[in-house]
Amino acid sequence: MELRSILATDCGSTTTKAILIEKIDDEYRLAFRGEAPTTVEAPFEDVTKGVLNAVMEVEELAGRKLLDGDNILTPRNGEEGVDIYISTSSAGGGLQMMVAGVVKGMTGESAERAALGAGSIVMDVLASNDGRKPHEKITRIRQLRPDMILLSGGIDGGTTKHVVELAEILAAANPKPRLGSNYKLPVIYAGNKNAADKIEETLGDITDLDLTENIRPVLERENLKPSRDKIHDLFMEHVMQQAPGYKKLMSWTDAPIMPTPGAVGALIEMVAEKENISVVGVDIGGATTDIFSVFQKQFNRTVSANLGMSYSICNVLAESGLKNVLRWVPFDIDEKELTNRIGNKMIRPTTVPQSLEELVIEQAIAREALRLSFIQHKAFAVNLKGVQKERTISDAFEQTDSGESLVDMMELDLMVGSGGVLSHAPRREQSARMLIDSFLPEGITQLAVDSIFMMPQLGVMANIEKEELAEDARNAAIEVFEKDCLIRLGSCLAPVGNAKPGAIVLTAELTMENGDTQKHEIKSGDIVRIEVPYEPVKAKLTPGKGMDIGSGKNEPIQTTIYGGVVGIIFDGRGRPLDISTDPKQRITDLTKWSNAINEYPNLNLKIDK
Amino acid sequence: MAHAYTPGLKVLHETIINKERRLPLKGTVTVEKGKVVTPDDIVAKTDLPGNVQMVNVANQLNIDAEDVNDAMIAKEGTAVAKGEMIAETKGLFGLFKTNVTAPVDGTIEVISDTTGQVVIREAPIPVEIDAYMSGSIKEVIPEEGVVIESEGVFIQGIFGIGGESRGDLEVISDNREEEITEEMITSKLAGKIIVGGSFISLDAYKKAIQMKVAGVVVGGFNYFDLEDILGYTLGVAITGSEDLVTSLIVTEGYGKIRMGSQTFDLLKEHHGKFASVNGATQIRAGVIRPEIVIPLTKDQLKGDHKDANASEGIQAGSLVRVIRAPYFGRMGKVVDLPSELRKMESETMVRVAIIEIDNKNVEIPRANLEMVETD
Repeated sequence: MELRSILATDCGSTTTKAILIEKIDDEYRLAFRGEAPTTVEAPFEDVTKGVLNAVMEVEELAGRKLLDGDNILTPRNGEEGVDIYISTSSAGGGLQMMVAGVVKGMTGESAERAALGAGSIVMDVLASNDGRKPHEKITRIRQLRPDMILLSGGIDGGTTKHVVELAEILAAANPKPRLGSNYKLPVIYAGNKNAADKIEETLGDITDLDLTENIRPVLERENLKPSRDKIHDLFMEHVMQQAPGYKKLMSWTDAPIMPTPGAVGALIEMVAEKENISVVGVDIGGATTDIFSVFQKQFNRTVSANLGMSYSICNVLAESGLKNVLRWVPFDIDEKELTNRIGNKMIRPTTVPQSLEELVIEQAIAREALRLSFIQHKAFAVNLKGVQKERTISDAFEQTDSGESLVDMMELDLMVGSGGVLSHAPRREQSARMLIDSFLPEGITQLAVDSIFMMPQLGVMANIEKEELAEDARNAAIEVFEKDCLIRLGSCLAPVGNAKPGAIVLTAELTMENGDTQKHEIKSGDIVRIEVPYEPVKAKLTPGKGMDIGSGKNEPIQTTIYGGVVGIIFDGRGRPLDISTDPKQRITDLTKWSNAINEYPNLNLKIDK
Repeated sequence: MAHAYTPGLKVLHETIINKERRLPLKGTVTVEKGKVVTPDDIVAKTDLPGNVQMVNVANQLNIDAEDVNDAMIAKEGTAVAKGEMIAETKGLFGLFKTNVTAPVDGTIEVISDTTGQVVIREAPIPVEIDAYMSGSIKEVIPEEGVVIESEGVFIQGIFGIGGESRGDLEVISDNREEEITEEMITSKLAGKIIVGGSFISLDAYKKAIQMKVAGVVVGGFNYFDLEDILGYTLGVAITGSEDLVTSLIVTEGYGKIRMGSQTFDLLKEHHGKFASVNGATQIRAGVIRPEIVIPLTKDQLKGDHKDANASEGIQAGSLVRVIRAPYFGRMGKVVDLPSELRKMESETMVRVAIIEIDNKNVEIPRANLEMVETD
């Protein structure tokens, strides 16, 4: 069957978003989109109502029939209906898991990686060596009431004692699932296969136990996919069945419903693979910040559960400290007044910044939320598991505690931001600045934002397993991602090294697509923006003395770079970025950087003021 | 006519209030449908499974896990007392025996021959649920709890700390601008729900705790003072389980903000009546706001009800409150709801409402307005 028309929804905790993708003149494009409030909670308690409302909006815009009463019309019949309908979901708090492993830094970490990769929130990692006494672990399990537990531990053929001990702790806690008390808690066992019988004996009666391949069959290799797939299966079979209206929704879709972050991760993984590039994706929401990365072909996802822009905005303040937030604010403000303002955003999370001052403060907090989330991500995305590597046992032990981070900012090719504060910033320059200031890209990095957060729907599309549809759906996902999903902001060029103030850190000779040439000398401590649309620009980049722009210290590069809606941004501020602790100097610097890129033109901050 | 949905806090002078009182686990409901209850009446009870202690007998006796069963004196299912010997090695010719004693009173639940662990479960923990407010049992949820119905005043705050509390209402401020100061809190206020105007300072709130005041209802409190009370920085607004003598209900927000006139006047009208309050707040999907419930008797009711769960949108003429700078805390009347997006000073494009504040029309994003739901 040729795919000509795809309807996809994402049921978020507050909004359900629908998109219609159509094949027009041999290319897949986003045709229409619609949205409506999610209806998982009282008084509606049926997710499909919100889905229908969102689809109805698309139907009106498209001017053709997509619904037949309370049903989505599939398959397409001439001008009516769509070929396939798919959906993701993060409503009702998403998928909340607890994972367990014998050694926290080894099987515990592998289990955590599998659960995060599948799109869940990991509430806690239990391990034999986590320092807690058995009764403390039991109390914790009881308090948390997860949706699902992933139990791992031991390599195949190794000792079974510790993993059985963990199972005994689980059995003693006798955990109850979060949603409803009429079903047993799903538990996945992905540990030493020799312990499977004992695990069955211990947990078989009181939980809904599922066995799958060991997550760590040998010390040097992780095997995450079977656990990730099993999590998705159980998410559909058990957890979603309990959420209001999901049975009906599941009967409508042509592919399994995926947890929203799981779908985003799948898409980012696919883009990185197809283009053979390193990618960082970030989604900053009201309660959480998700970071996805692919470095050295290894995918990692982290969720910073309490770093967000509304529900958990005060936690950003608590974790970063007021001083760190203030270092991004280019004016004086009373500190107590500021904390009350941030507190009021937490208790009234849906409000929007009306005054420019409020916007600047929100974007300052966003920088800190992103920075802290990325620190967590770098600590988790370590050079170890995922692929088989030749290594000795001692290597494997060395990595248990502090593996080297896979995240290499010089290697990074593309950074994609999404979530309200990045996608809906009034000026794209502001989004670019937030990404640069918080992630501090090095060398040459392309920047983009997902304007309407289409990545979840595209992720499910890319993962359709039905053979006759898979290839078309994958192509459609990539095509729409490239053409409609990403708004290319431009490129950031940031030389790395120590330079004296005012020294030239980079000389760039650019040849535009129309043949025009430009030469720019970037001084230490400056930001320079050149307005160039998303088109290839030939660049000869010569780093200043002791500086590195990607090929090593003092090594020039000839390459092709791309502009975008913001353009090419030269960041001469150095890495790590130092911001003056002297308030006067800080305000002068921030204002200078803001003005260089036209970030807040109306703030009327003249340097001499 | 233009119409927009803007959730607001409820300030209702007469409504039907339904409260679900549910056990954390299945148990017994102790009242029947139709029964009239007072706040302290127990409506349901259950036993939570006792805490668990794990004893590694194999390690303590220095034997293999598979030998633990043989060494056990107390078998699975037996009750043991703290200090009682539960396992012992055979020793050498009956000498050099080592043993393990029970660390708590409980029952031997599991003896594992794989890990050598013994699980002892302590006695069940009884849990009782009270009625919280006076009213009558409208519905019994078998084995789980009840729904209690009452008629009276229902007011929501924006944020609170501390859980359920109750007492007589005592309005201690003359007007809604006045702050509650330390001097105003006296021992006479013990067990009462006190109502103030715009603000309570940290010192005054601490004094209220010291004087065993049951609850404080006030316009504003400082965000940064919460840390002093809670012992940690409140990162996410999920509260209610704090162990506080004095529940705090903030009606407007953080900072010094005069209490909304509807709220203040209604509380003043019921000065002296018995109220149930709950500071529990959850600001996330499925929001829970703190509340003040004043059940009224038949002769106190006027009979013009409003459904506590019904919510109307705003329209021209609606009374709204601005909930973000630059007009934070101000009340106004909706003049118009233009449908097109408007650009704010921040350059954000939003749907706005035109509000009349102090005889001047101003544009405010609809997202920054709160409906004042009165009846």
